[in-house]
Amino acid sequence: MSFYSIQILNALSLAMLLFLIAAGLSIIFGLMRIINLAHGSFYLLGGYCGLSVLARTGSFWLALLAAAAVVGLVGIVLQRLLLQRVQNNELGQVLMSFGVLLVISDFALWFWGGLPQTLERPEFLDGALRYGGMVFPKYRVALIACGAAVALALWLLIEKTRIGAIIRAGVDDPGMVRAQGIDIRLVFTLVFAAGAALAGVAGVLGGAMLGIYPGADFEVMLQAFAVVVIGGLGSLKGALYGSLLIGFADTLGKAFIPELAMFTMFVPMVAMLVIRPNGLFGRA
Amino acid sequence: MTLSRFSSPWLATALGTAALVVLGQGLSSYGAGLVIDCLVFAILALGLNLLLGYAGLPSLGHAAYFGVGAYTAGLVYLHVSTNFWLAAAVAIVASMAVAAVYALLALRTTGVYFLIITLALGQITWAAAFSWRSVTGGDDGLRGIGRPDLGLPGLSIADTDGYYLLVVLATAAAVCLMAILARSPFGHALRGIQQNGQRMAALGYNVWLYKYLAFIISAGFAGFAGVLFAFYKGFVSPESVGIVISAEITLMVIIGGAGTLAGPLLGAFIVMLLSHLVSGFTDRWITWLGLLYVAAVLFAPRGIVALAHDLVRTRRAS
Repeated sequence: MSFYSIQILNALSLAMLLFLIAAGLSIIFGLMRIINLAHGSFYLLGGYCGLSVLARTGSFWLALLAAAAVVGLVGIVLQRLLLQRVQNNELGQVLMSFGVLLVISDFALWFWGGLPQTLERPEFLDGALRYGGMVFPKYRVALIACGAAVALALWLLIEKTRIGAIIRAGVDDPGMVRAQGIDIRLVFTLVFAAGAALAGVAGVLGGAMLGIYPGADFEVMLQAFAVVVIGGLGSLKGALYGSLLIGFADTLGKAFIPELAMFTMFVPMVAMLVIRPNGLFGRA
Repeated sequence: MTLSRFSSPWLATALGTAALVVLGQGLSSYGAGLVIDCLVFAILALGLNLLLGYAGLPSLGHAAYFGVGAYTAGLVYLHVSTNFWLAAAVAIVASMAVAAVYALLALRTTGVYFLIITLALGQITWAAAFSWRSVTGGDDGLRGIGRPDLGLPGLSIADTDGYYLLVVLATAAAVCLMAILARSPFGHALRGIQQNGQRMAALGYNVWLYKYLAFIISAGFAGFAGVLFAFYKGFVSPESVGIVISAEITLMVIIGGAGTLAGPLLGAFIVMLLSHLVSGFTDRWITWLGLLYVAAVLFAPRGIVALAHDLVRTRRAS
């Protein structure tokens, strides 16, 4: 019983982490049609920034804040300086953002070294909750709650606010939004920065659960793409369902058929692309 | 007119081959190894160019076919026969067979989705190389691959000089084959499909079949490059199947010039020589490689061959 409960908890916490990363990737694609392979670098950079701030100040909250701020700024620079120049060139975006991924991973290797490191969790989240013979690590429970809260907040933001309405309109027809006198370029940059910051925050939260290490950027980038492809490029709801699917497939795959663990992400991804390229909730 | 149109690639290939053979006499074994690396990737880029440059299909998982070729050549050498031709033939067929399956899936998508599905298929192949320990050796790689026999009396490829000559001639053969393909009705049809697939379909071309065949032939070139790679290095690891190599081949084609014969060759030399050169004086060469990606997209999105073309044209006009 405890085995299953822990597996489900692991799957859910991984899913929520993936959602924090993939939500930004998906909305950025939906709004700007930008394929950004450097999205994994946002996670890596966030994790390492958090690590440094945590080492200096000892505050997990400051670490989260710093990761969001630094990575958000990096996102703004990347979007304004580089990706904007290859707006309608998908292969150009892929190559350019892959180059950025390489530069950031090499910088991180130089600055933070090559050894895997783990961020220290806030004290009150150490240990585990016990309920009816089952054990739930507190940190994972908190991560699930945090992911769910972010999902709800994003949903409210996009469905119920003015900026959300602009974003939804921008996904459908950016030209029309501009014609209404709205500065769509500013909206693009803000959304890009927010998506990057969210991935940076995920780097801190994930770094305290899974550690942060060279190569995490590639891993996270591929996982996020799997999530987004399954859910549907451009769909927030899709990112949530895709994260749950990949989170469970990955965790249960590793637990029950470890020799096939590396396929649990890509096979559903390819299957979805073949059967329904727009994903579960993507629009044509 | 016909002479000048048809002589140029053959003449250039002959001259290039002769120059490399002569150069080989004076090269140290490090230099020869560097040129071998360049040429192996040149064949690989040449193959991807058929798909990316002519048919307009940006595959982001081409290292898969390179890897299948390399692993198959190594496995044939280790378990079946040390004959080069047999290993090469089996490996090329294996690469093309994998591509025949992958292309069925990938060609159901277009645009961004084609990029993503080829990336995912490439990673599946990488995962197979990584997880199938009993066959591929997992992350240790496939080790102990020796130099095969050519089966021709008096010719040995056991030393670097002999192998260098083999790779130079193999590249020449690949370039000639690609030149024939590019100038054939098949090559023209592919370019037509890139420009306007619907119109080609209306003209009665089976657009899907042309793309499918281009995909498989392109993988055959990649597989052959994998064979030359495996027998030169003596081992194959999952790294040669992964996304880093796939992206690098794409960079080579773009930097040199997609859709031209010389572009991918030029691109392969530029990327390989630069990375060797830079890694010689700094540990931060990955940063430089990353900057090369960014610079290529910003400053030479149509490639160096097109840039040179424009330069010549403006000079003539003025």
